[in-house]
Amino acid sequence: MADYQQMWADLEMDLEKHDALCEVLPEAFGGIYLTQQDRPKGMDFYDFVVSEIHGVRPAEMLEHQKKGGKVFGTFCVYVPDEVVFAAGGIAAGLCGGSQFWVSGGEKVLPANTCPLIKASVGARLDKTCPFFLIPDMYVAENTCDGKKKAWEILAREVPMHIIDLPQMKRERDIAAFEAEIRDFIVTVEKVTGNKITAESLGKAIKLINNKRRALQRVYNARKASPVPISGKDALLVTQINFYDDPARAAQMANSLADELEQRIENKFGVFPDNAVRIMVSGTPMAIPNWKLHHIIESLGAAVVVEESCTGTRYFENLVDESASTLEEQIRAMAERYMKTNCACFTPNSARVEDIIRLSDEYKVDGIIDTNLQFCNLYSTESYLVKQSVTERNMPIMHIETDYSDQDFEQLRTRVEAFLEILRK
Amino acid sequence: MIVIGIDIGSVAAKGYIISSGHHHRTIIPTGWSPRDAGQVIIDQLLDASRIERDQVERIYVTGYGRVAFEQADKTITEIKCHARGIAELYPEVRTIIDIGGQDSKVIRIGEKGQVLDFAMNDKCAAGTGRFLQVMATALGLDVSELGHAEEPGQMQTISSMCTVFAESEIIGSLARGNPKGGIIAGLHQSVGKRVAAMVRRMGIKEQVAFTGGVAINPGVKRALEEELGTRIIVPEACQYTGALGAALLALENR
Ligand code: SF4
Ligand code: SF4
Repeated sequence: MADYQQMWADLEMDLEKHDALCEVLPEAFGGIYLTQQDRPKGMDFYDFVVSEIHGVRPAEMLEHQKKGGKVFGTFCVYVPDEVVFAAGGIAAGLCGGSQFWVSGGEKVLPANTCPLIKASVGARLDKTCPFFLIPDMYVAENTCDGKKKAWEILAREVPMHIIDLPQMKRERDIAAFEAEIRDFIVTVEKVTGNKITAESLGKAIKLINNKRRALQRVYNARKASPVPISGKDALLVTQINFYDDPARAAQMANSLADELEQRIENKFGVFPDNAVRIMVSGTPMAIPNWKLHHIIESLGAAVVVEESCTGTRYFENLVDESASTLEEQIRAMAERYMKTNCACFTPNSARVEDIIRLSDEYKVDGIIDTNLQFCNLYSTESYLVKQSVTERNMPIMHIETDYSDQDFEQLRTRVEAFLEILRK
Repeated sequence: MIVIGIDIGSVAAKGYIISSGHHHRTIIPTGWSPRDAGQVIIDQLLDASRIERDQVERIYVTGYGRVAFEQADKTITEIKCHARGIAELYPEVRTIIDIGGQDSKVIRIGEKGQVLDFAMNDKCAAGTGRFLQVMATALGLDVSELGHAEEPGQMQTISSMCTVFAESEIIGSLARGNPKGGIIAGLHQSVGKRVAAMVRRMGIKEQVAFTGGVAINPGVKRALEEELGTRIIVPEACQYTGALGAALLALENR
């Protein structure tokens, strides 16, 4: 790894604690990722990014800031990155996925807060993650109660723009989201000092759409049997796409997709073609949360699709590129973002329809619907998900878990028993 | 054909050998090493049935210690093994409640003993053998004594679901001079409530069987029957159901 000590010191990170984190990650990654057989060559890039996880990309962001550019940290797939890139800024998804940060968050948050929020707050307050320290501004949203209130705490640390996300999907809600995008444009213009034009926004829309298209290609390849890429690898690709440069992200995902398509032609897979195919649906898995995928795939089943924010919700819909005026573009963006189906909306039956559609498209044998512990939205919704899916005779199991390893054995037993049912 | 099924649980390891109609079974505390426990089980079973190791066709292993035990020809989850074991003993059973040392499970089985659905407790110890273990210690009793020491007529309800709080609650209750037998009945009720909630989520389908180490305790059976309003079957060798299931699956080479 290149030497980033000076860069981390300049960011006023807690170097001692950070060293402890840097020690455990390679081992975890090695055990979970590098032991897999026949990984696509295209994964080398992502392995490299992980090996320099707090180095390469943060260095690029700091370089960007040195040249007067701005960086925006985000926490949700409803934040329209297009706006930031149109103003010459960088947007990076920040959600914390490591148990390492949870205790830092617990210092200020109630115990019954979901680990994603705890880890995100902890990563900032403990100063152990450069990504959380670099941004000039955080862009947060009114989604679940836990996040909403956590932003008020983080707002004392860093300038914060809140997007008021509607929680229903009527026409007036889409219009309201349009207004939110307009407000966001004003903020971004102010912070970056750059005006957003129809031309720059049009370019940014294409830029982000291209990344989405590339991810769609990678995911489409997973519909094949035998599946050419493991669920763990695909998850890593999505996770890294949250903060990588979008043009490079698209390029890397496209070349990975080329390789996967070649594999499909050669009928080459990373699991036998009779392997059980699993869909994981539910809450996002922020990097480095690979726990559930690892359990499932260690037991010989393949995760072939994630119905989550670190999965299909991230890239499924595109913004209409034919919009040419700012007015039309903003409308097109509002329409695109409001198509995403998160449990913070009510009713959210479209998500259930998504799950059913995806289970067909990816020919899954069973669904593991999961949510992070204390996520009231997704755990409540899991009841309806189970009902609808069971009506269609699709086997489903619900798992609630956190970032710790405590329940690893228990989860293994549950997943294994579920697979026994599917394999019978 | 000679086969062995072993169930290495968190508290006890159980073994079952089937050889042309003869059965032998054995049980030992798991102790610190699930691997050693598995070996002792095999030795005891071979001894008891006067059989050599190489006459054994297959060994199937289940229970939380299954992953640590290398001699297994196959490892299977407790869930499938309990289902198979019960289907052999009581073919009419459709719902199994299994309460072991560190977890509790509800298993819905079909007509052929196949697992249709299952639920397991969360990380927490409430509603498991562990909960009763902690409470027995707080009451100065051995966990095996609880079952016959309860006085349901003097029930002292425990309100805390959490093991830690429940422990201080019963210590307080004792200090206030409440009868021990009533407190114990309350503990059983608490486990029963917790597990019954899990059963109701899945839907009660008769008949209902109760397996695992905690099933030895008649107080928990009583509490479950009251909570669920149904009669519950406890197999005579309730602790061995998983090992029996493993042995049967080995016999069937499944
Ligand atoms: S689960 Fe909902 S709130 Fe969380 S990142 Fe996804 S869209 Fe946003
Ligand atoms: S997982 Fe649930 S509780 Fe956690 S941030 Fe997302 S919506 Fe909120």
